[in-house]
Amino acid sequence: MLHGQRTWVFPNPPVIVATGTVVGPDEGEGPLAADFDLVHPDLQMQQPSWEKAERLLMEQAADIAIHKAKLKKEDIQFFVGGDLLNQIISSSFAARSLGTPYIGVFGACSTSMEALALASLIASSGAGDRVLAGTSSHNSTAEKQFRYPTEYGSQKPPTAQYTITGAGAAVVAKSGAGPKVTSATVGRIVDLGIKDPFNMGAAMAPAAVDTIQGHLQDTGREPGYYDLIVTGDLAGVGHPLAAEMLKENGVPMEQTLFADCGLMVYDVAKQKVQAGGSGAACSAVVTYGHLLKRLGKGEIKRILVVATGALLSPLSFQQGESIPCIAHAVSIEA
Amino acid sequence: MAVKQAAQGGAKYKPLSMTAKEYQAFAKKREPARPVWANCLKAFLVGGTISAFGQAIQYFFMAAFGMDSRQAANPTVAVLILISVVLTCLGVYDKIAQWAGAGTAVPVTGFANSMCSAAIEHRSEGLVLGVGANMFKLAGSVIVFGVVAAFIVGIVHWLIGTGG
Repeated sequence: MLHGQRTWVFPNPPVIVATGTVVGPDEGEGPLAADFDLVHPDLQMQQPSWEKAERLLMEQAADIAIHKAKLKKEDIQFFVGGDLLNQIISSSFAARSLGTPYIGVFGACSTSMEALALASLIASSGAGDRVLAGTSSHNSTAEKQFRYPTEYGSQKPPTAQYTITGAGAAVVAKSGAGPKVTSATVGRIVDLGIKDPFNMGAAMAPAAVDTIQGHLQDTGREPGYYDLIVTGDLAGVGHPLAAEMLKENGVPMEQTLFADCGLMVYDVAKQKVQAGGSGAACSAVVTYGHLLKRLGKGEIKRILVVATGALLSPLSFQQGESIPCIAHAVSIEA
Repeated sequence: MAVKQAAQGGAKYKPLSMTAKEYQAFAKKREPARPVWANCLKAFLVGGTISAFGQAIQYFFMAAFGMDSRQAANPTVAVLILISVVLTCLGVYDKIAQWAGAGTAVPVTGFANSMCSAAIEHRSEGLVLGVGANMFKLAGSVIVFGVVAAFIVGIVHWLIGTGG
């Protein structure tokens, strides 16, 4: 089970039997639009507040995943979820609608893989047969909480990232048909002193490097074991930094394809998203929507998703603290 | 204080050994440069256009209603604020601002946008705790430091004997 220092290799790999992905208008204009289950044409989604809109995303993603798994809400034994809002209200309120036993987690944008890792641990260990893992983010709730009012006219630097609007959920079962979660590496906090909240890619890149190397070390694998190693939301600034650091450390990343969900979800050259996408749902919708579809078609066989999270708060940033970052890796195999 | 941590060492790969200082320099060197000169030019063009437009409104009030320049200043500012608030409510002010930068932030339109956007954003928390408490969230510091600066300038003015 535990391999090396911090990697769980599941002896009975749990199966992702179904996923649900819901996104907003900007993601709907991106290159992966066809892979998502539901695209909302606007950010408000006929809700009275941004927070309720995000909650709706989480509920819809969960409903779609459960429906596609041909299950009912009552069949789900545990829901492991989290999001970016204070006190993870999107997940907790969605859990209220679901009515399932709930484990709330927070790992900022790494929550997607943190939740999937825990759900897989539960399903693999026999602590539960059907577990739902999910996360959400909304551009406007994130702007409101972490930056400025959404309609405030501030100019963002080219290093800034665009929080994606969406939610992704996966039903993880003890057995069944679908891609298997074979291992998970739990990240640790890496903080190399970056303080600029408009440059989270650079802040998170070392955490991704740490977890990728930790995973390869623990499992004794080479990067070439995977067809694709994908980071969560390092985007245009952070991803090349991570690639360069891995190269300097002698990790032969050229054996595989090294990509980033934040660069895949948008057409970064055309859409006004600065360095690329970010947000807890970024890695969730790209993995559950796009990558698992490619696994299903047999285009790729093994992937390692390294979701990166910047664990800052508006308060810690204003008090001049640097940004503690984390990355959790989960390997999924067809 | 930043916690410095290096990646775990391994027989296979070199651990992440950069110190915080080294990494910050490494990242800074590879950071995409802010287009400072282009931003200055855009700010100059947009800020200048808004100001020239304001001047035109002022001349209009002076010509149409026989006001002097002092009297015309207040309705001029009111018109600019109204336009800024309408554009904010239509959801276009922030898009213009991403292009124009300081050009839309510095004139009175930027001040109006900061108040209006905060008021809209926090409407969901109610009129008192939402709109009322958050309206000056961004504009408040402008007022505080404006008053403090005016106070200091006033003292200096008085000390050098040019004031009344």
